[in-house]
Amino acid sequence: MADFVNYILNIEGSWFGYVVAALVAAVLILHVVAVGALLFIWMERKISGRIQDRLGPTRVGGKFGWLQTLADGIKLIAKEDVTPDLADKFLFKIAPYVGLAASYAAFIALPFADGVVGLHINTAVFFVLAVLGLEVFSVILAGYASGSKWSLFGAMREAAQVVSYEVPLGMCVVVPVMICGTMNLTTIANMQAGFLTNWLVFNDPFTFLTAIVYFTCATAGVNRAPFDLAEAESELVAGFHTEYSGLRWSLFFMAEYSSMFIVSALASILFFGGPHGPIPVTEILGFAGDSLGNPGMEAFSEETAKNDGFFAATQFGLILSRIIGVVNLLIKGCIGVTVMMWVRWSFPRLRIDQVMTMCLKYCVPLAAIGFLGATTWQALDLPTGTTLTGSHRYEYHELWTAGLKDKVLLDQDETADSSEAPIPHENDTQTEVNKVPLKTVPVSVLKGGER
Amino acid sequence: MATSKIDDPRVIEFDVRTDEMLINMGPQHPSTHGVLRLVLRTDGEVVSDVEPHLGYLHRCAEKIGENLTARQWIPYTDRMDYLAAMNMNLGWSLVIEKMLEYDLPERGRHLRVIISEMGRIASHLVAMGTYGLDLGSFTPFLYGFREREKILNLFEEACGARLTYSYLTPGGATADLPAGWTDKCRQFLAEFKEVVPELHTLLTTNSIFVSRTAGIGVMSAKMAIDYGCTGPVLRGSGVYHDLRFHGEERYTEMYEGYVFDVICADPETGKYPESNYEFHGDSLDYPEIPRQAILGDCWHRFYVRMLEVVQSVRLIEQAIEKYEATSGDWGKPIKLVQKLPAKEAYMETEAPRGQMGFYVVGNGDSIPWRVRARSSSFCNLSVTAPLCQGILLADIPAIVGSLDVVMGEIDR
Repeated sequence: MADFVNYILNIEGSWFGYVVAALVAAVLILHVVAVGALLFIWMERKISGRIQDRLGPTRVGGKFGWLQTLADGIKLIAKEDVTPDLADKFLFKIAPYVGLAASYAAFIALPFADGVVGLHINTAVFFVLAVLGLEVFSVILAGYASGSKWSLFGAMREAAQVVSYEVPLGMCVVVPVMICGTMNLTTIANMQAGFLTNWLVFNDPFTFLTAIVYFTCATAGVNRAPFDLAEAESELVAGFHTEYSGLRWSLFFMAEYSSMFIVSALASILFFGGPHGPIPVTEILGFAGDSLGNPGMEAFSEETAKNDGFFAATQFGLILSRIIGVVNLLIKGCIGVTVMMWVRWSFPRLRIDQVMTMCLKYCVPLAAIGFLGATTWQALDLPTGTTLTGSHRYEYHELWTAGLKDKVLLDQDETADSSEAPIPHENDTQTEVNKVPLKTVPVSVLKGGER
Repeated sequence: MATSKIDDPRVIEFDVRTDEMLINMGPQHPSTHGVLRLVLRTDGEVVSDVEPHLGYLHRCAEKIGENLTARQWIPYTDRMDYLAAMNMNLGWSLVIEKMLEYDLPERGRHLRVIISEMGRIASHLVAMGTYGLDLGSFTPFLYGFREREKILNLFEEACGARLTYSYLTPGGATADLPAGWTDKCRQFLAEFKEVVPELHTLLTTNSIFVSRTAGIGVMSAKMAIDYGCTGPVLRGSGVYHDLRFHGEERYTEMYEGYVFDVICADPETGKYPESNYEFHGDSLDYPEIPRQAILGDCWHRFYVRMLEVVQSVRLIEQAIEKYEATSGDWGKPIKLVQKLPAKEAYMETEAPRGQMGFYVVGNGDSIPWRVRARSSSFCNLSVTAPLCQGILLADIPAIVGSLDVVMGEIDR
């Protein structure tokens, strides 16, 4: 992205491209949060409407009322921002931003497709879970700072519940990490490329169990019904956000809906193939290449642009396959969110002791069984979904680890070769830097600085 | 009485007390069914004491009744139990008729059965729906309201009002049922019968619902009788008592010739009467009682209401046939300024929420000397405090909701 911007503006190697790339990524992710919340609230209204045998919004924005949420948003912005007298003013005001920031930050490491990611992190799984876990702070802060007893109850419940459910959630997430041997979400997703039998959920019976337990725990982790105790309206009025109004109130909702999407998207990446559809259309058509270990950020290569022209450098086929991947992931995420909504509008709410029982008595042991079973399955090399259909994930896997090494070596060789070959900037200081096989932002900034 | 000791692990938690917190639940609270105010003494999530406070909806209805004639007070009875206004009208009409020793024509008798049982269905639908709402399930509430809407449409056609009908009056009803009404009613019943299993699926047999209600708020038959509980709350505890069977003759003769069951578990076996009721092949079988349920708990109170709805359908079907078989006068209302004799009369009827009693003392004038209403919800609510001791906060809506109180009737 940064290289692309620099190429377009003809300021090769400048820091400017990296700033623009970071801003574009941030704004795009913010759109996922904001527009996603807009879409999901509308979806929730329509879905709940259909479940309850009514229409839902029908007027604002045409036939389907899809601008209803926007109209509500404008209303909420225009509303008075009330802070109760008893509230701890600073904490009360800051709480919704903490929640939104946490769920927004989790998107940074979430790959929407191979290479379409805010920031490549090797430990993306860990990062997403850790940052998402910070969201509980906003609820505790809101509950504590509101100066209302009902809010305090909501915060207490949320703290107990979320902290408990992080345990089985983490145990479930470990299973795909263990099978794939990496915490990099892009790699985990790419290892499930191919037909849907390659998806980790169909890897063995234990991953199937783990996927179900994961989804249950994720629902509880983001406080959706039947685990929405923190905002149980029949008991706690509105729980932790009882005293909030206007924009701050809506920020809680944006955080809630984007968290819902994150856990659903994470479920789809970890268990349901991520950006890879049930049928590998792009791979059959030859757009996506081998889809293994593609370092996504280098999709646009300055050198290719120079040598083969702009369109070759943009790699139209690869971009198309990524767009399809993003659409796949969004669809899968939306399906997860829809299931959560479906559950919410069908079931009564659990009681706090039942929620804890469910976590400690059922989810933790089941997650442990899933983990142990999947480990044993791997250790004994029993048939998996991939081997049954004659696909090649294991070879891919080995190829991949071997291939990465080869690739790194290959890159080094190539750079070494290229330094010998007569290329335009042969005597520039850049060529020295180009010998570094793995580009990172600081090096590139350094590159710009040296100019 | 099939009681069993509840092995409650929360007792331990209850013993270890930390800071107590006094919380007002209501009168502005989403799950207190209007303006009930509960003062809770809580220790974390455990509630040690609940005290209901009343009077937020007091409108001096009885005093107003002592300044109006018998027929003029009918609209005020509407506003008591506003979810079963027809049954309130019926109670007041019957007590005035008893005072005047007026005998209703047969057509009017069947008309009243149709209307009051329809009112019972509408009322139980709201009770069922709001109970789902109390437990965090919004969908059954709207399913219930959707069906209630059809009943309200039928009522609107009959009397022009949708909530406060003033339809049944002393002497009969303000008007006969309009032409074609019974066919629409039959159509409604046919549609409604398909909805009952849906409601059972969404709530009665739902495992979360069962775990939230079964074994919660257990009230023994003795306790129910001691506190004067009536209606589904009493029958949910296994007491075989329904004024449509056991009431005064003036009331039970309204149901003469009708076949229906009193929904009440046999205290010995814990079994409910067989449904034995089929219509066009659609069996309205009762769902099984879950293992965790104890006689007299919230689940049983809810279950009794659900089964009573089916019995009401059964009654209405019979009543429509009987109504159509008769012709002539349906019972014209008494004069607006009908003089009441100088004597007293009291009568209780089986309203959806329990036994609703009206007491009236006349002094030869058209305006009664004393009017009194005995509210069923008031007695039913009185068990809140003893039932809500040492429970979790989330159980309070479950218990209060299962009592199904209407504050308009309690405060009057």
